[in-house]
Amino acid sequence: MLLMQQGPAETTSYMIAGYAVIFGVMLIYLVSLYIRRRNLQQDMQVLEDLDQKDN
Amino acid sequence: MESKPRFLSILDLVSLTLLLVASGLVFFYAPMEAVMGQVQRVFYFHVAAGWVGMLGFLVAAVAGIFYLRTNDHKWDVVGLSSVEIGMVFAFINIVTGSIWARPIWNTWWTWDPRLTTATVMELIYAAYLMLRSGIEDPDRRARFGAVYAILGFVSVPMTFFSARLFRTIHPVVIGTGDPSAQGTFNMTPKMLQTFLFGLLTFSFIYADLLWHRVRLGKLNDKIEQKKLEAIS
Repeated sequence: MLLMQQGPAETTSYMIAGYAVIFGVMLIYLVSLYIRRRNLQQDMQVLEDLDQKDN
Repeated sequence: MESKPRFLSILDLVSLTLLLVASGLVFFYAPMEAVMGQVQRVFYFHVAAGWVGMLGFLVAAVAGIFYLRTNDHKWDVVGLSSVEIGMVFAFINIVTGSIWARPIWNTWWTWDPRLTTATVMELIYAAYLMLRSGIEDPDRRARFGAVYAILGFVSVPMTFFSARLFRTIHPVVIGTGDPSAQGTFNMTPKMLQTFLFGLLTFSFIYADLLWHRVRLGKLNDKIEQKKLEAIS
């Protein structure tokens, strides 16, 4: 299909979609790391408070 | 609470800077491919994501070997972290490949050897996470995880060599592939520089994410330990 055309194919929208996926998925993973860390830190805080109450 | 290591903050900054520079090279430095047009620019991060996926699974297999030799739980955390990151990037690789395929192969998906093996590889590691979540005992979970990561690694060379050994329409970047592959192009020096810089950038991002994920895993283990102590 592309071999018969004159000049480069108009494929800009596919490039934008590709990079939206790349940056979007990386961002989602970063946010998931941040949320999981925040939740674990909150759990840790609760456990440390319980420790102090026991002692 | 454990504070963030200084070197990790530096690695964050270096990774972010490299990503910005790599993106600049992709959009402003590398020339537009003469036949495929702008979509070819997906190639730079598509391959780099595939590289990080395979690197993640390789590190997980190595961590599995170390765990079985030492019984040290830190290797289990490294293995799990590496699989998780590998899956994220292998997913990016598969989806961007599909987007690139649409205008070039005139289809979103075809059961070509490379696409099939890449998907099987991703599913094998999804099963790794499912297997782990089904085992309560931490030692047993780590041992099964280690063995699975080592065996599952077979899917990585299968994926890498599939485009070189079988009849396929998927182009090959390093080495020679099937002459009937569609989407092949000659890399100019600027394209090659951008491609190599992309690989370097994604390697740094992998190291950075792995460090963060391992810290998360260690914190999780610490909490589990504290909970067990509180119960007993």
